[in-house]
Amino acid sequence: MSHGPSASAGAIIRSGHHDDAPYEPVFVGEAKVRLDELVKRYPRKVGALLPALWMVQEARGWVSEAGMAEVAAQLDVTPAYVKGVVTFYTMYNQHPVGKYLIQVCTTTPCHVCGAEDVVRAFLDQTGCGELGVTSEDGRYTVIEVECLGACGFATPVMVNSDFLESVSADRVADVLGRYR
Amino acid sequence: MGYPYKPHASETLVLSTHFGDPEARTLKGWKDRGGYRALETALGMDPAAIIGVIKESGLRGRGGAGFPTGLKWSFMKPDDGKPHYLCCNADESEPGTFKDREIMRWTPHALIEGCAIGAYAIGAETCYIYIRGEFTEPLQRMEDALAEARAAGIVGRNAMGTGKTINVWVHKGAGAYICGEETALMNSIEGKRGNPRIKPPFPAVAGVFGMPTTINNVETLTAVPHILNQGGAWYKNFARSDNPKSTGTKLWSVCGNIARPGNYEMVMGFPFGEFLRDICGGALPGRELRAIIPGGSSVPIINMEEADRALMDYEGMAAVGTMLGSAGCIVIDNAQSIPRQVARLARFYAHESCAQCTQCREGTAWTTKILERIVAGNGTAEDLDTLLDVADDMTGKTICVLSDSCAVPVVSALQRFRGDFEALITKKTVHTVPVVVS
Repeated sequence: MSHGPSASAGAIIRSGHHDDAPYEPVFVGEAKVRLDELVKRYPRKVGALLPALWMVQEARGWVSEAGMAEVAAQLDVTPAYVKGVVTFYTMYNQHPVGKYLIQVCTTTPCHVCGAEDVVRAFLDQTGCGELGVTSEDGRYTVIEVECLGACGFATPVMVNSDFLESVSADRVADVLGRYR
Repeated sequence: MGYPYKPHASETLVLSTHFGDPEARTLKGWKDRGGYRALETALGMDPAAIIGVIKESGLRGRGGAGFPTGLKWSFMKPDDGKPHYLCCNADESEPGTFKDREIMRWTPHALIEGCAIGAYAIGAETCYIYIRGEFTEPLQRMEDALAEARAAGIVGRNAMGTGKTINVWVHKGAGAYICGEETALMNSIEGKRGNPRIKPPFPAVAGVFGMPTTINNVETLTAVPHILNQGGAWYKNFARSDNPKSTGTKLWSVCGNIARPGNYEMVMGFPFGEFLRDICGGALPGRELRAIIPGGSSVPIINMEEADRALMDYEGMAAVGTMLGSAGCIVIDNAQSIPRQVARLARFYAHESCAQCTQCREGTAWTTKILERIVAGNGTAEDLDTLLDVADDMTGKTICVLSDSCAVPVVSALQRFRGDFEALITKKTVHTVPVVVS
């Protein structure tokens, strides 16, 4: 899990969030009720770890150390255990990312269809310049992602949770126009 | 194929009949199309009888390994006093494969029905559908359909009013190719890092949460209601006359340099050359097909001479030195550099290695480095032998087959397209069409 830039490992933070603000818990009110429901689906509480981390990321945009500690307390495991899990999975952002996280598939089926040109177009037109770097205005972070499982619709691109199909380099400006 | 194009006359639509039809997504729409009849039948049957029908049908696992489904189910001992689990593998992360995505997008209730029948047949009260986190639309479709099915009492504590408990839950992955490996998938459901486990114990003995577990692919489970409705003999008939070992229909995901990419549902044993050239439209204008990876990126790459004489079933693909795998077919034409594409595949495996086993952690990384330096024009004469040597160390020596899967494209490409690699090292050109290098 060590090669190539990802939002998890390689993000360079130029602007936006800092981790020094007082932590506001995620699992209060409705979110706590929801987590308790999720826990019931598994014979062991820790089964709800991945869903709980998703809830943190949906609420905060990324999973901070404080977020991991909160999840750990909720599920009766240690913060170190939670961090071990978070660092395994590439979709949990371990740093703040731009308002729009753009993930471009570049694995072989897309690679043979010109995915590298799509990546280049996103890097140029967002002002990010490099993979894993957030643009000056805090709006965009562009990363390459391994196979998105939509190979017949090359090149698939995810913008946050939106899944776009058949994005070619000449469609990039149009795509970005929808995410300002 | 139903989606995104109209089905071709040579296709046999079973699973893909309702692709592209939004009404089939709803509970009402699904019932109007004959949905949940099979589940009703199944819940009135003895589980052993259901397993008998599936065995008769000859259905084999559609995720890649091709293990007989009925036999797998029969490994789950009834009345052992332990909770049983069914896990549906919807991680679909094998490059080239995008069939389960369409099943979940268009016919989510078909999968729920298959899961419920499977769970009942193996004595499980809980089924987890493990869907990769990137599949945002399939995740939503499945959650919507499950909410409908729960509200209608189809799944839950009193499934279809029979007093039986069949809970079906979606478990969302978080970005890890290896979680499509069955033991890694179970670890991920348990809230662990997705590291594969050593086998034995096999999942039927000690699976998710340490309990007897069966893991089936989306496409496998979706075929089950059709088999129960129409009988094992009906399904078994979808085969070539001289090969009863591969039965049924198979969804083929076709992508890469091909005129009409998409999902095609074909009867086992169909001629592969005709499939690629006629049904999928053949090469792009002005280009020629050059190499095919027919079963997802982990199977051997073949040349067109081999592809043209292959038959589309487990044995037919093995006969030309490759595998049916997940039937995620990656087409590469003469405008591509094969060494460059193999290097990209190696980089995929290096990125996705969980790094437990030394041969895989080091082997995938070094294979990538060596291939990338060959592609960059810095290769040496001994690099190709080193690659084969490393590949040998990576094969059959690790906890799971990710390591082998990285070695396979390298070895098979060197067997069939060695000249392309040698040309890069000696800086000669072999291509008649300009090779695309972004």
